[in-house]
Amino acid sequence: MEIFLQQLINGVTLGSIYGLIAIGYTMVFGIIGMVNFAHGDVFMVSTFIALIVFLALTQILGVTSLALVFVLVLVAAMALTSLWSFMIERLAYRRLRGSFRLAPLISAIGVSIFLSNFVYVVQGPRNKAMPAVPADVIKLTQGGGYDVTLSYKQIVIVAVTAALLAAFWYLVQKTPLGRAQRACEQDMRMAALLGIDVDRTISLTFVIGAALAAVAGTLYMLYYGVVNASDGFIPGVKAFTAAVLGGIGSLPGAVLGGLLIGLIETFWSAYFSSDYKDVAAFSILAITLIFMPSGLLGRPDVEKV
Amino acid sequence: MGRRGFDLGAALKASAIAALIMLGLSFPILAYRADENFSNILVLQSRWPLVAALVAAAFALRFLRALWPAPRPRLARPAQTQPGRDEAQSLARFGRLFALIGLAALIAFPLVMLALAGPAGALKWIDNYGIQILIYVMLGWGLNIVVGLAGLLDLGYVAFYAVGAYAYALLSTHFGWSFWICLPVAGFLAALWGIALGFPVLRLRGDYLAIVTLAFGEIIRIVLLNWSDLTNGDSGIGSIPRLSFFGLPFVPGSTGFAAAFGLRFLPIHRVIFAFYLILALALLTNFVTLRLRRLPVGRAWEALREDEIACRALGIDTTKTKLTAFALGALFGGFAGAFFAVRQGFVSPSSFTFIESATILAIVVLGGRGSQIGVALAAVLIIGGSELLRELDFLKQIFGDDFDPTQYRMLLVGLAMVVMMNWKPRGLVAIRKPSIFLFAEKAIPAERSSVGSG
Repeated sequence: MEIFLQQLINGVTLGSIYGLIAIGYTMVFGIIGMVNFAHGDVFMVSTFIALIVFLALTQILGVTSLALVFVLVLVAAMALTSLWSFMIERLAYRRLRGSFRLAPLISAIGVSIFLSNFVYVVQGPRNKAMPAVPADVIKLTQGGGYDVTLSYKQIVIVAVTAALLAAFWYLVQKTPLGRAQRACEQDMRMAALLGIDVDRTISLTFVIGAALAAVAGTLYMLYYGVVNASDGFIPGVKAFTAAVLGGIGSLPGAVLGGLLIGLIETFWSAYFSSDYKDVAAFSILAITLIFMPSGLLGRPDVEKV
Repeated sequence: MGRRGFDLGAALKASAIAALIMLGLSFPILAYRADENFSNILVLQSRWPLVAALVAAAFALRFLRALWPAPRPRLARPAQTQPGRDEAQSLARFGRLFALIGLAALIAFPLVMLALAGPAGALKWIDNYGIQILIYVMLGWGLNIVVGLAGLLDLGYVAFYAVGAYAYALLSTHFGWSFWICLPVAGFLAALWGIALGFPVLRLRGDYLAIVTLAFGEIIRIVLLNWSDLTNGDSGIGSIPRLSFFGLPFVPGSTGFAAAFGLRFLPIHRVIFAFYLILALALLTNFVTLRLRRLPVGRAWEALREDEIACRALGIDTTKTKLTAFALGALFGGFAGAFFAVRQGFVSPSSFTFIESATILAIVVLGGRGSQIGVALAAVLIIGGSELLRELDFLKQIFGDDFDPTQYRMLLVGLAMVVMMNWKPRGLVAIRKPSIFLFAEKAIPAERSSVGSG
């Protein structure tokens, strides 16, 4: 029972991170129907930005308040990662919108390879372990041989995720910007006829997705304390699995899928084998796509001739 | 100022924005490098001069572009002349000529290198350049059946390569089977896997198909990594029997190949034989592909690539069509894998990562999906190019000792994929002959075929 509770806590923490990345996949797929294969690597870039800004703040500027550092790192990572994503869309995807269907995916694979190798070259191949920050834990149960703990980090992760998801929800549902975004998702040509700047809206979709991925990246860096240039691929595939499981194109679905994937992964590692935990995620991806392509909350995709 | 006049203010503003964007992109990740010091604590080393140079370059480039007058939009020309018979024939003639010269050059290559560089010097050229490139040419041609002809984007192709390599490694070390028995078995097993993986993904198309094949490829790699009893896990399978000349081992002494043919023993004999072997295997792939393209199944592949729904409406069995494409692509992947294992004498899961699949895909994409010569050229470009990067040691004198050109290999491959998609989405060799024609042979310009929209 204690182990179950502990895994539940760990799973929700991990799931929040996956959910935040999954939103980027699902929004881009919803609006231009492309799998943004490079999104996982954008997430990886954000972990590096967060790490370096963290080091710069604590070592060069000597900021000591941890809360202040955290907020500054989060804001900087969101802003700079968004810029990366904006430029990627501008340079690598925009011209391909009228091209054949697989062109954007192939270009995105190219971007993904470029980003991971770029970071590999400029930051080196080794794992970067960030200096330890005080990690206080709350013991939820005591005695009985196994203490269920909840660390402050985990509380921060879940709270930040919830707050940003609420803000994001407001942005998409209540603001003119979100309205334009949803309109383009339904019918891009009609939206353009009605005076919506489609290019700008698509750019914004990429920017928002990257900003949320940067939040995930900052939290990931904080939670695991280690980053590596090759860390974009696996979390990226898992977040994509989350988006597919939740129903690609559906925003609540992405969050739900993220939580499910996080829980499945932690329980799988705890009760079966951690060697095969990636196989679990990949199998869910394949099974969902083959047998339930519209996911849990998605709409079926009907092809008209 | 006229419409085409030069607006200094606007140009300066645009250049300043470009410079700012460059600064934003490079600020933390390029300006500082986080490295561990002696007490294993990360410290930052600044690289501001590099950032300053990049920002200045961005400013200058954007400014130059503003100086350059935009080309006047050309009027739409009246309908282009039909690419006719003459063009098709000259293309065909050129293609045949090119293929013949290329083939002759390839057959002569090891002997010429041996004569030029001697047995020691030629080893590098034949092994690192010749064999390495030919392996990728073969893999590219194999994947070309799936991606180029049938239009199914397969991101897990390396799985079949792995199946072939492990099939040879396991069969030869456990049962002592010879390479010539293992080769068809490896190809058969890989084709079986191709069908097994092809079945469930038949309902998917486009992006989803790509992602599921990626997942399958990774699953196979993770299983190879963790099933230690069979595959020896991460440390791989070593001491695989090496290539022999139809039973004559390449060893010094009276039982070896050299003695049987009255030659002086040289270690390079094995490498030269391996070169001709992979050349033959690659040519077999090419030959089978070219022949199949003219058969009903090949035409069905190309029809499937152009429009799956129309294909079904015309009564083509899409299940069979897709499965044959997967199986044949996998078959050649398996052959290449068996060759890889016998050449290296060692296999481990780290040779079969996603990056490998992506490299093969890049070769097919850059070469022009469906074009055999284009794929071969792209393999020479990418694999030969990345081998050449190893030779650029003199750059160390310019950029300092920790500059390692080989690190840039995949970076350039990724960049090439993006540039190619944006600039020439049909690949280097974009024009091709139709596989089958009525009355007269005509070349099809790239714009009219919708390659790869599966």
